[in-house]
Amino acid sequence: MSTSQGDPVANTGTPGVTLELEGAAVRLGSRTLWSGVDLTLEAGRFMAVLGPNGVGKTTLIKAVLGLLPFSAGTVRVLGKPPGQENHRIGYLPQRRRFDPGLRIRGIDLVRLGEEGDRWGTPLPGARLFSARSRVREAHVRDVIDLVGASAYASRPIGQVSGGEQQRLLIAQALVRDPALLLLDEPLDGLDLPSQTSVTSLISTICREQRISVLMVAHDVNPLLPYLDSVAYVGEGHIVAGTPEEVITSDTLSRLYGTCIEVVHTADGRLAVLGQPQERASCHGSPYEPVAAIGGS
Amino acid sequence: MTNLLQTLTQMLAYPFMVNALEAGTIVAIVSGLIGWFMVLRRQSFAGHALAVVGFPGAAGATLLGVGAAYGYFTFCLAAALVIALLPRAGGSGRTDESAVTGTVQALALACGFLFVSLYHGFLNGIDALLFGSFVGISQGQVTALLVVGACVLVTLALIGRPLLFSSVDPEVAAAGNVPVRALSFVFLLLLGAAVAEASQITGTLLVFALLVAPAAIAQTVTSRPSVGLLLSPIIALIVTWGGLTLAYFWPYPIGFFVTSLAFGGYVAARVAAGLVRRRSKSAW
Repeated sequence: MSTSQGDPVANTGTPGVTLELEGAAVRLGSRTLWSGVDLTLEAGRFMAVLGPNGVGKTTLIKAVLGLLPFSAGTVRVLGKPPGQENHRIGYLPQRRRFDPGLRIRGIDLVRLGEEGDRWGTPLPGARLFSARSRVREAHVRDVIDLVGASAYASRPIGQVSGGEQQRLLIAQALVRDPALLLLDEPLDGLDLPSQTSVTSLISTICREQRISVLMVAHDVNPLLPYLDSVAYVGEGHIVAGTPEEVITSDTLSRLYGTCIEVVHTADGRLAVLGQPQERASCHGSPYEPVAAIGGS
Repeated sequence: MTNLLQTLTQMLAYPFMVNALEAGTIVAIVSGLIGWFMVLRRQSFAGHALAVVGFPGAAGATLLGVGAAYGYFTFCLAAALVIALLPRAGGSGRTDESAVTGTVQALALACGFLFVSLYHGFLNGIDALLFGSFVGISQGQVTALLVVGACVLVTLALIGRPLLFSSVDPEVAAAGNVPVRALSFVFLLLLGAAVAEASQITGTLLVFALLVAPAAIAQTVTSRPSVGLLLSPIIALIVTWGGLTLAYFWPYPIGFFVTSLAFGGYVAARVAAGLVRRRSKSAW
């Protein structure tokens, strides 16, 4: 690929890689949120974006969508600069709850995800006359089936529960057959059973449809069984890699400048414990893991 | 039955009644469709502001000796432009916006009243401007309503789907390359035109009888966008034709009849929706 004499591959990034950041930085006003970020997300892989509030997790998603500019570095989203391939990206923004009085059905919202950017007006009975709209309609129903939302897709969106809304919104993001899903805190505000079922749904879609997923989340522990890689966002920097590489007391404590303990549970799982109160004990040996993590 | 037909034919023998029905039909269709989006987008307050600004426009135009219709269109569209261009701080500047709009509304009403009192020969015209009238709609006015209405409907037909998307889900729409801001700008202009049209039948203060009520009834009855977009103008048509017919037979203002029919329809729709919901709940 270094032989770039009009080689188209040089312009489309590495094959099989959905998202590629090299030395990327984002500046909001005069403040650099983070810089020198290297991150790679391969096709069909599931990556979680983690970190405290206000460090720029949502900003990362928006920059990948091209809604905010990167101030430095090389970024390829589906082989192109950000913002050019958005029709192949499914996006689920942060914390959307629909007004209970909003008279739009879940299925309409899902359908808008597929056709909402086309000019024209939805006509009643279009399915009776157009084979193309019948095909589209079947696709919309398939996707709603896939996320298990068929039972309540015909109810007004404001009148279904938070977890049900989230499934419909995932269907909305999926309906355009994306190669990349950008999910901004899809588990926020959901009860524990819904969190687990939505996470396993996303993981299934990721593997079976070979869709890359970049998902912002608060708590890594319930996600760990499903993740291929993680990106921890800290003050000024992002560390990305496999959970084994990144989730070490060493790396996390250095990123956040506080003592973070990573423990290895008896059944071979990782658990991350933040303990800001015990900062002093960490200071004595800043790079020594509090608990070693073994292989998986 | 033959009696009713006879009276209806009789009613249609008057050119002023034919003009009123034609104007009412155009206005009802435009209001029903634009109103559906206005209710969905929660922009009723903006719609009301536009209507109030139309009042001094119409009064001023009458004072200058040009038709009130010109005043409605000019002022409503200009006000729509101003609201569309108001800077919005990250989408959360609504409280500020409503304060500005409220202040301007008061001034607009006062100016309208001033223009009316400056025009001495304009005796009961203020009632017509505020509460609607159907006598004295000229053929020229009908043509103007038709041309503006056609422009509004063609534009709406072109932008309907992306407008729906950006109304219910602006963030995802923007990420999917839908021009959300431009659409909201265009929609305000369409709303300005629709308000100016409706004002000419229902008057400034009663535009909501045609802009809000039919759309609200349609959205209570159905949550399917395509069905709602069909139902809303049909309800507006029924309300308008009914109001015109009643106003022909009884010596009371048309605004009252149109508004009462719209209100009755809304109450009936809410009660029916409540009953259906209760029945489906008790079935569990």
